[in-house]
Amino acid sequence: MTKARIRYLLQCHALLWAGLCIVCVMSLGAILAPWLSTHNPLQLDLDAILLPPGPEHFFGTDTLGRDVFSRMLHGARVSLWIGFVSVGIAVCIGTTLGLIAGYFRGLIDECVMRFVDVMLCFPSFFLILAVIAFLEPSLTNIMIIIGLTSWMGVARLVRAETLSLRERDFVHAARLAGASSIRILLCHILPNAIAPMLVSATLGIAGAILVESSLSFLGIGVQHPLPSWGNILIEGKQTLGIAWWLSLFPGLAILFTVLGYNLLGEGLRDFFDPRIAR
Amino acid sequence: MPNPLVARVRALLIPISISAPFIPLLHRVRGRDLLPPLVAKILRKSSWFLLVFLGITLVSFCVIHLAPGSPSDLEITMNPLADAQVHKRLTEFYGLDKPLHEQYIAWLKRLLQCDFGNSMSSDGRPVIQKILERLPLTLWLNTTTLILTLLLAVPIGVMAARHRGGLFDKATTLLVFIGFSMPGFWLALLLMVFFSIELQWLPLSGLTSLDYASFTPWEKARDIAGHLALPVFIATFSSLAGMSRFMRASVLEVLRQDYILTARAKGLPERMVMFRHALKNALLPVITLLGLAVPGLIGGSVILEYIFSLPGMGQLFYNAVMARDYPLIMGNLVLGAILTLIGNLLADFCYSLVDPRIRAGINFHGTGE
Repeated sequence: MTKARIRYLLQCHALLWAGLCIVCVMSLGAILAPWLSTHNPLQLDLDAILLPPGPEHFFGTDTLGRDVFSRMLHGARVSLWIGFVSVGIAVCIGTTLGLIAGYFRGLIDECVMRFVDVMLCFPSFFLILAVIAFLEPSLTNIMIIIGLTSWMGVARLVRAETLSLRERDFVHAARLAGASSIRILLCHILPNAIAPMLVSATLGIAGAILVESSLSFLGIGVQHPLPSWGNILIEGKQTLGIAWWLSLFPGLAILFTVLGYNLLGEGLRDFFDPRIAR
Repeated sequence: MPNPLVARVRALLIPISISAPFIPLLHRVRGRDLLPPLVAKILRKSSWFLLVFLGITLVSFCVIHLAPGSPSDLEITMNPLADAQVHKRLTEFYGLDKPLHEQYIAWLKRLLQCDFGNSMSSDGRPVIQKILERLPLTLWLNTTTLILTLLLAVPIGVMAARHRGGLFDKATTLLVFIGFSMPGFWLALLLMVFFSIELQWLPLSGLTSLDYASFTPWEKARDIAGHLALPVFIATFSSLAGMSRFMRASVLEVLRQDYILTARAKGLPERMVMFRHALKNALLPVITLLGLAVPGLIGGSVILEYIFSLPGMGQLFYNAVMARDYPLIMGNLVLGAILTLIGNLLADFCYSLVDPRIRAGINFHGTGE
């Protein structure tokens, strides 16, 4: 690869690269959290309450003297984990229903798409709020609920893609060769529908992280003592005007992570479908 | 003594609403149209809405009632004097001891008579009353936001699309991405610190100041405006991103069309092409987006109302969830569902109003969407 070619690639997909960089840095931080963190994120230190950022505590300490930097690194794990798992659930449901609806058409298609419409009509944040508050607000429950309420977009995308793919020659050829419906769906249609799925999954991770942090901020998300960016922000709200570092850093972390995934998603869309970008 | 006419209407409401979904099935009998096409279309649409409405309420009802814990549990654990006997009496009082389907049907019957039930909290007031006193603030907040968003997003989108790749386009794209990714509650915290604590320009939270009662009407208006300035700004900033991006894409799509080429080819000034030919068509998809924004008018501001302690619908819902006030939660969800459906209906209606192709019933896209 020549220098000119590399420069061209960088210029062409600036969004993609910017997003990728942010996502990589955040993911590395999350993966390496136990080694990067300077303190135990759960360790109380009553001699060091609400210390401003300094060489000992990079991002200061909270109302119980815990190191904010270490808590944020571990919070990154929680946020990313929730993002990935809930989007995984959403993609699984959405892809299955979308493939079935698009491939078999007719009554099945009608029923599935009507169901999607009903789900889209739900005042979803209300429902998520109610369900999470009623069930135990645990990590698993949050991931499942976010997953169960965000698969509709994927289902629509995959269905549209399947509708056009099923009329293509290679699908006809496969059917003539005697491939079963399941084989055609999994081996011939699914691999060709990956691109839009990937885009919508990436954007979905951004959305899931935002929902999780909002829930944690309302106090019904990830529960203490488990660190999460939303949790740290609650303390930021309580100490508003006294300890700016408790509000600033976790918010910036959420902003950058979500920004990274949004940029990556848009970049991927341009990458897979240059028609729109040009 | 109930009015006999009212009683008769109420008795009729239930069979009508049950049979409504099946009316459209009747519209074609032995290949003959029984109803004019427009009436049939409206009937089909409304019956579909009724089904969706039933679906939403059924699912919400089940989810809410099947979740562990109940309002009577909550009241008992708070009260050391209450024993199992009281618990049983409370459960019976709320009708929570009956099977779920009976509860749902009873609830639905009451809903058909516009009775949302009484709140399960200690004041026991009718749900509809509680909602109505919270509604104006939320509605006002979100309508202002929506109008501001539209007023800003349309010009931004058009400008960005017109000078694509230019400085303005790049700057707004950056702003859009930040707006997309900004957690609203965090922005709220930052602005609160800056404007309310550092500069002391704006009040910190709530709807009115402490000495509100002693103000003149002009001061009262200014006071409320000051309290609502930050929430409106934050809500606008968050929704502006999506709307202007959407507008930009829409204008770009239209600019690719042949009739724009024709308009330019016949020498029309760029301004004319932009506003006469492009903007009109580019505004079409915005209608759908506006329809989708209608439910947000009551539900979009849970977090902002929570942060700024504004006594609106979002705060009401949050408190209802925390207190497991079933009728109040269901009332909120029903209102949300109704608004969503009305939004969809309005969007459909406006679309066919402004787009002659849809009015004529011609489907250009081939699919049934």
